[in-house]
Parts: sequence; C-alpha cells; structure tokens
Amino acid sequence: MRWLFLKDLQILRRSPLLVGLLVGYPIVVALLIGLALTRGPERPRVAIYNQVSQSDRTLNLGGESVDTSKYARQLYQSVDPVRVQSRDEALELVRGGEVLGALIIPPDITTKLQTGLEPATVEVLYNADDPVKAQIVQDTIKSQVQDANAALTRRFTDVALGYLRLIVAGGDFSFLGRQFHVLGLGPAERLLRGTQAELPATSSARRDVQQVIDFAQLARENLDLSDEVLASVSQPIHVDAHVVRGARSATLSSFAVALAVTVSLMFVTLLLAAGILALEREENAFRRLVRGLVSRTGLLAEKVGLAAACSLLVALLMLAGLALFVGLDPARAPLWALAASAGALAFAAMGAAIGALTRDVRAASLLAFMVSLPIAFLALVPSGTVAAGLYEGTRAVSALFPFAPSLAALRAALDGSGALLGPLAHLLVLTLVLGGAARLGLRRFG
Amino acid sequence: MTQPTTRPGLDPAPTVAARPALEARGVSKRYGMRWALREASLSVARGELVGVIGPNGAGKTTLLSILAGETRADAGEVSLLPREIGWVPQQPALYGRLTVAENLRFFARLERTPDVDGAVARMLAQAGLEDRANDRVEALSGGNRQRVNVAIGLLSSPEVLLLDEPSTALDPRQRERLWEFLRGLVERGTAIVYSTHNVQEAELHADRVLVLADGEVVHTGSPRDLEQAVGTSGVGFEAAFVEFLCRRGH
Repeated sequence: MRWLFLKDLQILRRSPLLVGLLVGYPIVVALLIGLALTRGPERPRVAIYNQVSQSDRTLNLGGESVDTSKYARQLYQSVDPVRVQSRDEALELVRGGEVLGALIIPPDITTKLQTGLEPATVEVLYNADDPVKAQIVQDTIKSQVQDANAALTRRFTDVALGYLRLIVAGGDFSFLGRQFHVLGLGPAERLLRGTQAELPATSSARRDVQQVIDFAQLARENLDLSDEVLASVSQPIHVDAHVVRGARSATLSSFAVALAVTVSLMFVTLLLAAGILALEREENAFRRLVRGLVSRTGLLAEKVGLAAACSLLVALLMLAGLALFVGLDPARAPLWALAASAGALAFAAMGAAIGALTRDVRAASLLAFMVSLPIAFLALVPSGTVAAGLYEGTRAVSALFPFAPSLAALRAALDGSGALLGPLAHLLVLTLVLGGAARLGLRRFG
Repeated sequence: MTQPTTRPGLDPAPTVAARPALEARGVSKRYGMRWALREASLSVARGELVGVIGPNGAGKTTLLSILAGETRADAGEVSLLPREIGWVPQQPALYGRLTVAENLRFFARLERTPDVDGAVARMLAQAGLEDRANDRVEALSGGNRQRVNVAIGLLSSPEVLLLDEPSTALDPRQRERLWEFLRGLVERGTAIVYSTHNVQEAELHADRVLVLADGEVVHTGSPRDLEQAVGTSGVGFEAAFVEFLCRRGH
C-alpha cells in the first residue's frame, strides 16, 4: 500500500499541469470569494438634482426643527451620487447610460411636508435596458425613501402626541410666534367639580355641570391611551424573527466560505480519485497489480486515501487563506479539519466509483466534472423557490451524494450553524456506500 | 491426406524434463453463452518454449490470462499460484511518467523481492536497458517498452514465464533481440509459454506448439509433428497449419 501511495505521489509530482490546476483552482476561488466578501456590493451610480435651497432644508414640526438633509445624506451613502444642475441634465445622463438612474427632488418638498396638506413627491428616472440594474436603482431609492418616510412619521407622531398631552394635562404652547395657555381636560374637570360643590343642592345646574365633568373625565381617560395608539400608527408592523432551521450564529460570510471550500473539495477530490484509479486501467497496470500483488480493496483504499489526503490539505490551506479575509474562529480549526476530512473521504469514494466506470483518465475527469455540477446545484436549491414536492425530491437526491452533507458539516464547523454529528454520520454512510459501489465497479475493471 | 492423429484437449507429457514446471487441467471459461475455452489442458517442462497458436478468437489470450491468474476460470485447475508465475501482458503494463528503473523498483517492492536494487540492476542488464534506466517509459520506443514489460514479468525470477503476443508492434530487429533474450532465459531453465498469431514465429521459436481453435486444444506437438500429421511435409509449417484447421472445419 505504501509503495502504491508513493508511486501515485511521484506520478502527481510529474504532472505539473494537473497539480497546478488542483492547487491553483481553489486558491483562485478563495481569492475571488474573499475579495467579494470584503468589497461589498457595487453602489449604483445615480444622478441627483436637489432643487431644495439650503435655507429650506429645515422643517418646523410642533416647535421642533428637523434637518431633512440628514435623510438626503443617507440616500447619498447608498448610491454613487452624481450631482447635476437641471432635470434635463439628469435625463441626458440616464439616456446616455452614464448613470443608472436619476432622483429629482422638487423645491417645495419641505413646504409640503411642513403643511401636510398634500404628500411630497420625488421623481425617479431610470434606464431599463438592464432589468437587473434598473431593479437595483428602484430598490435602493425606494428603500431610502421608505426609511425617510418612517423617520418623518415618527417625528409627526411625536408632535401629535405633544398636542394630545397638552389637551389632557393643559399647559403653554406657541403658534405663529404667540404664546397660548391651554387649560386641559384634567384641570377643567377639577375646576368644574369645585364649581359644582358650590352650587346649591337643589340647583338644576348641578346635573348639567355633572354631565360636563363626566365628558371631561371620559375624554381624559381615553386620550391617555393615545400614546399606544399613535405608536402603533407610526409603526403598524413590527418584525419578530425566529430561527426555525439553522442557527442564529450563521453568517453570510461563513456560508460563502463553507460553499467555496465544499465546491473546491468536491472538484479536487472527485477529479483526483477518479483520475488516479482510471490511470491504472489506462496504463494497463491494474490487472498486473491485482494478480496477487495488491487486493482490489487495498488498491481502492489507497486511491480513496490519497485523493482525500490531498484534497484535505488543499481545503485546509484554502480555509487558512479565507480566514485572512473573513472572521473565522481559529479555535474551531479542529472541527474544520474533521468536517473537511469526512467530506473528502465521501467525495473520494464517489470519485473512485466514477473512476471504476471509465477506461481512461480523460473520460473519468469528464464524467466527474459532469456529475459534480448538477449535484452542487441540486443541493443549493433553496426552500420556497420550487414546489414543495419538487423541493423534497431535490433534497432526497442530494442526500445520495456528498455535497449537501459536506456543506452542512463545514457550516456547522465554521460557525456552529447546525449540528455537526448528523452530517458527519451521513458522510460516513455515503463513504461506505459509494466505496462499496466503487468496489463492485472494480470487479469488471481491467 | 490423413487426419491429424493428436487427440483434442489432451497435452502429451513433456519430453524435456520429467517434472512439469506448469500444469493446467480441464480449464474452461464461458462468456455468456459462448465458450472462450473448453476443457483445455497443458503441461510445460522446465526450459521448454511453448507457442500457443490459433486463429483470431481461438482462446489464446484467455488461456494465458487464466494461467497467469488474471482471469478466473469457470472450471479446471492450474498447478501454480499467480505469484509464482511471471506474466507479460500483450499491452505493456507500465507507468509512462515513471522511469524504467522506477517502474522496475515499484514492481519489485510489490513482489517483495529481497534485494530490490539488485533485482532492478539485474533486470536492466538482462533487458539491455542500463543506459535508459533513468528515462521515462513514455519516452521509450515500443520495443524498449516491451523489454521493460518482460523484465517486470521476470523480477521475481519465476520458473515459468507467460507472454501474450510479445512480439506484436515490434520491428524485425527488436523482435530478434526479444527472442534472443527469451532464448537465454530458456537456456537457464525458465519455462516459457507465449501466444502468437504469427505462425512462422512459432515455427522458429517454439519447442512445441499448442493449437487452439474455438476454445479447444486441437493439437500439441512440435511444428514438424503438425506437418507430419497433416501430411504436407515440404510445403511449410504455415501451409500445414492452415490445412490442419481447414480439415477440422475451422
């Protein structure tokens, strides 16, 4: 077994193109993912024509001033803004494709917001040649306008609540530069009770005063509830999120890392295991080896072990490289190694089964490549995107191959999203089943 | 013309030595409904060179691969274990990216040869490939690859060497060198059984020929025996062989 192992390593060493591809491919994938994760999404280039003068950018709501430019700045941060001086200029830039869209802010927007008599409107122009980019512009602007709307609604609600408290408790307020005193329902009720007490017991006015006191009390008590009602109006829907599957600790970056490593592990292991087994047949050496020199099972174990060891090394190097870009916890490294080892063994057994079906290295490589892509795609179909029955079908098919459990194991190892033992046991079963299939394939190999 | 007198399926006792180096009895192999080999028996003495000839599909390769332990027979027995027999398949079974010496060393280690380096040096010398020891096999000519292929079959110094179509794809000079090499082995006592579709080669390089047709041994004896059996002495061995097969309906 040892001599077979050394012989295969020697052959690999003398196949620089193959080794270069096997080592270079994961490095390129790791670099691309690392760059993608650190750079963040590209901001759309948007022309901005803001017609609101500097002096009109402040709103006065209930005696409190609100700076609207704060909301404009939020929008500018989410796009790559190009300031223009006219609507025509903005339109020209959109037509010419220099910007993906344009936002026209009318001069009367703060006045309309201040009076509240009619809604303020902003105009969005965009280029629909590329539906994807057009959607990005629409979504970005819509999201920022919704944020601004929500913030302004909260401010309006606060002002309305101030007025209501004034009506309930009484107090002073200023309007158009003049100071007013409001008695309030509470003090009015107390005043009326005092007046009622001074009226003669037989006075018919006592009943009338009592009715006014009852009204004041009822109005005060109900207006006391207005805080909660207005709070609900300003934010009618709250989001209360619960994790049903997976773990709260799961992050997009660790998922991307697990995916990149699993894809690389799959390609490297499948191609290597299938290739080195098919090579024995291509070189006509298989029949010479198994006539008493090595058992078929021993030969298979050597190929699976070699492919798994090489791809595990590549996967760990890749994880170490990716850890430079994203925050992976090095204390979990033994779990990474465990998950990657289990995945590598299952992929190697599958690669050996592919190699046992083919007559030469090229056919084995082609078959491994053709089989691996659909398996990866099937495992990545998200729930809810296809009919329930079809989704269950894709899950059942994915469970027959090592991609889905390898991805689950690596995710669990990287950030604790899900249990690790389940995927490990799944991979162990797949290693035995696929290894058995490869052994059966070797019966007609030669 | 007289009918051949030899009985099908029966190999007379060898005359070169009393104890056979290799014996096979009643070996049969079927692929589906077709008999590739039926009740074939063979006995080879030490230092004997036996050529297995027959038309295409007669069962020559099947017989040799069963003797070598590469193919499992459906019935019959072979006196030696596969490890005790040197085997040279028709297609060189070598690793192209390894050098000649590395190929020999690898197989010597798997054969558990006691002195690996000594065995490699001996085989390089026997095959006349000392100066090509560090060349990769993929860079060798077909003839030299075949010499390495034979050398690997001899690494464990077997008493019996089996070769399947050893001279195929060799030019006349390479073929001559191969036979010289094999003759040297026979002189040192190695029993050699080889298959060939080249009847003239069998006439030149076999002490005894074993004729297979449709999976059955239909004649065994020296080339002269076959000519005498057919009664066509003087017309050549190849013509006698063709006549022999025609008379038997092959």
